[in-house]
Amino acid sequence: MSTSGGSNGWSPYLAGALVGLLAALSAAATTKVMGKTNFLGASTTFVRAAGLIEKAVVPSHVEKNEYMAKEKVRVDWQFMLVLGILLGASLASRLDGSFSWEAVPPIWKERFGPSPVVRALGAFVGGLVAMFGARLADGCPSGHGLSGLMQMSVSGFVALALFFSVGVLTAHWLYGGKPS
Amino acid sequence: MNPLILGLVTGVIFGFLLQKGRVLRFEKQLGALRLQDFTIIKFMLSSILVGMFGLLILQQAGWIALSHKPFNLGAVVIGGALFGVGWAVAGYCPGTSVGAVGEGRWHALFAIAGMLAGAALFAEAYPWLRKTVLAWKDFGKIGLPDLLGINPWWCALGLAILYLGLFVWFERRRL
Repeated sequence: MSTSGGSNGWSPYLAGALVGLLAALSAAATTKVMGKTNFLGASTTFVRAAGLIEKAVVPSHVEKNEYMAKEKVRVDWQFMLVLGILLGASLASRLDGSFSWEAVPPIWKERFGPSPVVRALGAFVGGLVAMFGARLADGCPSGHGLSGLMQMSVSGFVALALFFSVGVLTAHWLYGGKPS
Repeated sequence: MNPLILGLVTGVIFGFLLQKGRVLRFEKQLGALRLQDFTIIKFMLSSILVGMFGLLILQQAGWIALSHKPFNLGAVVIGGALFGVGWAVAGYCPGTSVGAVGEGRWHALFAIAGMLAGAALFAEAYPWLRKTVLAWKDFGKIGLPDLLGINPWWCALGLAILYLGLFVWFERRRL
């Protein structure tokens, strides 16, 4: 097995299998606690967070928005899950010494130069397009990819196939086909 | 237990495992999309394999209810394609962007800002999308076993063989 995961990383098979176990336990726990099965996901939280920010600036605008009303702008279970991801990743990286401040990733630097501003712009525009797409498709690689395929949902298979195939084409166009 | 605490605890474990699997990194994301590093693909398929049987057992025991996302053709295809473009440019998906900030890759903050803007923009476009793309063709909340007309256990078994076959192939090719 390759050691590209870094000296202290776990095998992706092991870490992944534990996430599978977590997903099942979480489905059971949410059903017990909330009376309704909730599955791991992330992107709806971005709608709620955007709604909370807009609410602080122009409250009436959020109230009038049909989609915000549908998704309910509030801090809920998934919102805390997403915050938890940040804390858990921070904890793991501090414990094994893999935490490091990074403004521009090396392969981005090699292709687009060392400017943090250019990287910030790329991240922003990419993030914007990705989230618009995730909301239209009704899920991201967590909601559609993991939770969808775990449930054998038809929409999950189609969404994940498109995420990857178009992602591969775009990455090829951006970085070329040559191995780095 | 308070649902918010349950969410936080689940998220901390999820984030911990994402970080230990090393799938939060920009290099891993682009490595997967450039077909050079299969860490993320191994991680995802392994979690799907275990989770699939876990959820199936719980559902068959009557402990949980499955909740398929609707297969709205235009929305999933166009949305999925847009996501693919944005994912390759940003180098993060929504869950990993947050985790990446946790391990110090602070440029992911700009991806998060873009995602918040994308979510807000989608909310503005929703009334129009609901009448157009979202109204084209909705196959509803369907699972693969229903579509194929087979028992879910056979379907899971078939998929498990496929995933395990891919693992063997990855390791033989040293991907």
